[in-house]
Amino acid sequence: MSIAELIAGSMLVPLAGALIISQLGRWPDVRETVSLITASMLVAIVYSIYQQSRNGVSATLVLAEPIPGISIAFSVEPLGMLFAIIASVLWLVTSIYAIGYMRGHHEQNQTRFFATFAIAIAGTMGIIFANNLFTLFLFYEFLTISTYPLVTHSGTEKARRSGRVYLGILMVTSIGLMLPAMIVIWTQAGTLDFARGGIIADSIDPAWVTPLYLLFIFGIGKAAVMPLHRWLPAAMVAPTPVSALLHAVAVVKAGVFSVLKVTVYIFGPDTIAGAQAHEVIIWIPAITILLASLIAMTRDNLKERLAYSTVSQLSYIVLAAMLANQMGLLAGSLHIAMHAFAKITLFFAAGAILVVTHKTEVSQLDGLGHQMPFTFIFFAIGAASIVGLPPMGGMWSKWYLALGTIEAGQWVLLTVLMLSSLLNIVYLLAIPVRAFFMQQGQTAVGGIKEAPMTCLIGMLVPSMMCIYLFFNPEPFYSLAQALASQE
Amino acid sequence: MVEAHLSILLVVVPLLAAPVTALLPGSRLPWSMAMFVTLLCLVMSYSILVDVAQGNHIHYELGGWAPPWGIAYEIDGLNALVAFTICLVASLVTVYAFYSVPADIPEDKHALFFAAYLLCFLGLLGMTMTGDIFNVFVFLEISSLATYALVSMGRNRQALSASFQYLILGTIGATFFLVGIGLAYAATGSLNMADLAQRLAGSRHEHTVQTALGFILVGMALKAAMFPLHQWLPRAYIYAPIMVSAFLAGTATKVAVYVVVRTTFSVFTVTYAITTILDELLIIFGSIAVIYGAIQAMRQTTIKPLLAWSSLSQIGYLMIGIGLLSATGLIATIVHLFNHAIIKTGLFMAAGILLYQFGTLRMSELQGISRQLPLTFWAIVIAGLSLIGVPGTVGFISKWYLVQAAVEQEAWWLAGVVVLGSILAIGYVWKIVETLYFQPDKQTVEYAGPSREHVLPLILPVWILALACIYLGLDTQITVGAAESAAREFGLIP
Repeated sequence: MSIAELIAGSMLVPLAGALIISQLGRWPDVRETVSLITASMLVAIVYSIYQQSRNGVSATLVLAEPIPGISIAFSVEPLGMLFAIIASVLWLVTSIYAIGYMRGHHEQNQTRFFATFAIAIAGTMGIIFANNLFTLFLFYEFLTISTYPLVTHSGTEKARRSGRVYLGILMVTSIGLMLPAMIVIWTQAGTLDFARGGIIADSIDPAWVTPLYLLFIFGIGKAAVMPLHRWLPAAMVAPTPVSALLHAVAVVKAGVFSVLKVTVYIFGPDTIAGAQAHEVIIWIPAITILLASLIAMTRDNLKERLAYSTVSQLSYIVLAAMLANQMGLLAGSLHIAMHAFAKITLFFAAGAILVVTHKTEVSQLDGLGHQMPFTFIFFAIGAASIVGLPPMGGMWSKWYLALGTIEAGQWVLLTVLMLSSLLNIVYLLAIPVRAFFMQQGQTAVGGIKEAPMTCLIGMLVPSMMCIYLFFNPEPFYSLAQALASQE
Repeated sequence: MVEAHLSILLVVVPLLAAPVTALLPGSRLPWSMAMFVTLLCLVMSYSILVDVAQGNHIHYELGGWAPPWGIAYEIDGLNALVAFTICLVASLVTVYAFYSVPADIPEDKHALFFAAYLLCFLGLLGMTMTGDIFNVFVFLEISSLATYALVSMGRNRQALSASFQYLILGTIGATFFLVGIGLAYAATGSLNMADLAQRLAGSRHEHTVQTALGFILVGMALKAAMFPLHQWLPRAYIYAPIMVSAFLAGTATKVAVYVVVRTTFSVFTVTYAITTILDELLIIFGSIAVIYGAIQAMRQTTIKPLLAWSSLSQIGYLMIGIGLLSATGLIATIVHLFNHAIIKTGLFMAAGILLYQFGTLRMSELQGISRQLPLTFWAIVIAGLSLIGVPGTVGFISKWYLVQAAVEQEAWWLAGVVVLGSILAIGYVWKIVETLYFQPDKQTVEYAGPSREHVLPLILPVWILALACIYLGLDTQITVGAAESAAREFGLIP
């Protein structure tokens, strides 16, 4: 199959899967089988896109042209490829995990859950392969709306309120800030197609670059830069597989992915690096990194703590994009991969704890390590990777980010990064330590009582990936390298 | 042979059919007549649209009398699109009427109802097609009188007072329009629009002419419910039978906006309009309408008033697009005119299904009904997203052109107003969606009788419009093409 057909398939297969799943509510086993087959097919499709594009084949798929000069078009480029591999592989892993979780936790409306999940993945694929800013925006909104039923899955009053925050922040920022910025670029540059080195360098007054770029940084609410981060903790009301795949991988990574795309292909790294007040705006993500870490320390609810950790980690990528030098871009794209594998492990572990013990607060976890040793070992691996300790893959992205700040001569930022890593140790690694070494008041449960097998497999795969990526960060390193060296 | 006369047949067929319909017995026969006529007109208007889209300009002289003595029909991209909109909305609403009219209107009035409906339909078509400004007035009166009758047939007795209020204000508007025509005639001695435009070229700055423009526009602004002349609209929409609301929302105000566009751009031309305060007024009042209408809509607790106030807000966009007096602004207005017609008609008809199922449109009583009526619910979601202007829907296209038009003139605050209007729209659209989607803690709605969603005449037109909201948001050749040809006609695009 040609690349264009495969790209179309990457969106149509999950959509078709969603359609079939929605009709199989009465046969849960068949439904889950379809879910797994769909996810496996997506992995296969993404893999063959990867194979073909590595051999230098490229193609553009144009679906429609709603406004003359602005089309809905898709193509493959390194950053999208990197994200596609992560999203498809982790969807498969999440599907396995979700079977155990949803049944173990006796969630309602499981059919709607699995169907909507597949639709959200189709939207993510649209963002990934978007060939221009308009297509990216289209699927960005699609993803926001399609994940709304997942966030509000439980239908309680709290879920409704969270849904309102979620939709409110994401849609208001994208329509209020990103859309006008896009229209300004269209009127100035006459195109919205992603191109190496950017499209606006020659056609815009340099004084406009910084305000326009800020419109994107804040307009892409999914990147959760403070003060527009509130939707992410709010979204934690969703079932854990949603938090794991969508709010640690697909949705939030779609946000930072968009930031990187805009930086590299719309503005061009040189334009950003030379923009007015560049050394000032770079503090926006830097402050987010620190503040979010500090807030995370104060949160006792495990998922909420992980959410604030995600806010902090996302700003690493935004910061990397803003540095706009080769090391920075390398670090940013690499961190999309590294953080995805690590954070999904943490969320899976949180979900497993919930299923087995119905405990949601960090302070309730003392001594639980003896009951659920595997879960907490996986948690420790994921946490170590986020902190950036060897031998975990997370080390590499932090390494290159540090090099990036040095290359830019931003010594203070380097200190911020190091400080934040220390904070990560405090609020993440402390959790398994408590679980293993602190004594619980009434350790009633004797012996090991672990989560369902599918949940364990779900945790095993990404945590092993964290370790594997330390020794061999491929194919992500070469894809990130291809993006960074494009200047 | 017939093709040459299509433009006049479009008006004559419903004109002849209306009195016949009034005489037909029973309920099904008048409906069949209306269905036949609207579908026939839809086919004719589509063939005219295709013809005009190829760059033709249709010029038809009634009875062979050459203008300026006789009446001529002049059809370009703009009115071909508006005529097509009217026919499309009318035929879908007629399908809907198969169920809706027997449900809402006493049996003995069916024939009269459909006769009035056809009169209203033909009046709007006539206003659109004619090239003679006095003829516009004649058709305006035909459609208005029919509309008052239609509105008054609402279930609630308040429909009578709403209709009466509309009658008073509508008559004032028509009078203003007539006075304006009289003044223009006094200044030029002509009533043919093309001829008027030529003769006015030399005398635009005479007080008579300026006054004429003022009267014409105020009269039409009232019919178009442009802020601050909108008082009649919410009440008329709320108390009219729901299919009448759906029909009026998609056609009546749109045609009045069309006349404003035609007068401003074609009779008086942009170069003149720019010297008046017309553009400032339209932009300022339009901006207020966008915000005020949206805020009012957010405050409503019943679906019908919410949609009515949202219409007011959307008309604000049309005003802004005209007020910018640029090619992009005009394209935005024309495209949005069509887009809003299909969105709002679809929403009113979908709301009608809820009304027939549950007997109420109060949101507090409609919680969680999305499971009982999933098809209706999803149609509302799609049309609602179009109303917000989410990409991939028709609403996005119009917002895009409008913001672009504002950015072109570096009117940043105006771009901000348009965007803010969209954001407020999220608020009121999501209010409906959230209510319908979530189950209440305790069930409050009684599922009354068989599902109205399986009644084909109700659900089919709703879904045709919902799918059109998506399809025409991706393929804009028809709408943007017609709008561009209009802009070219008015000399805004070289």
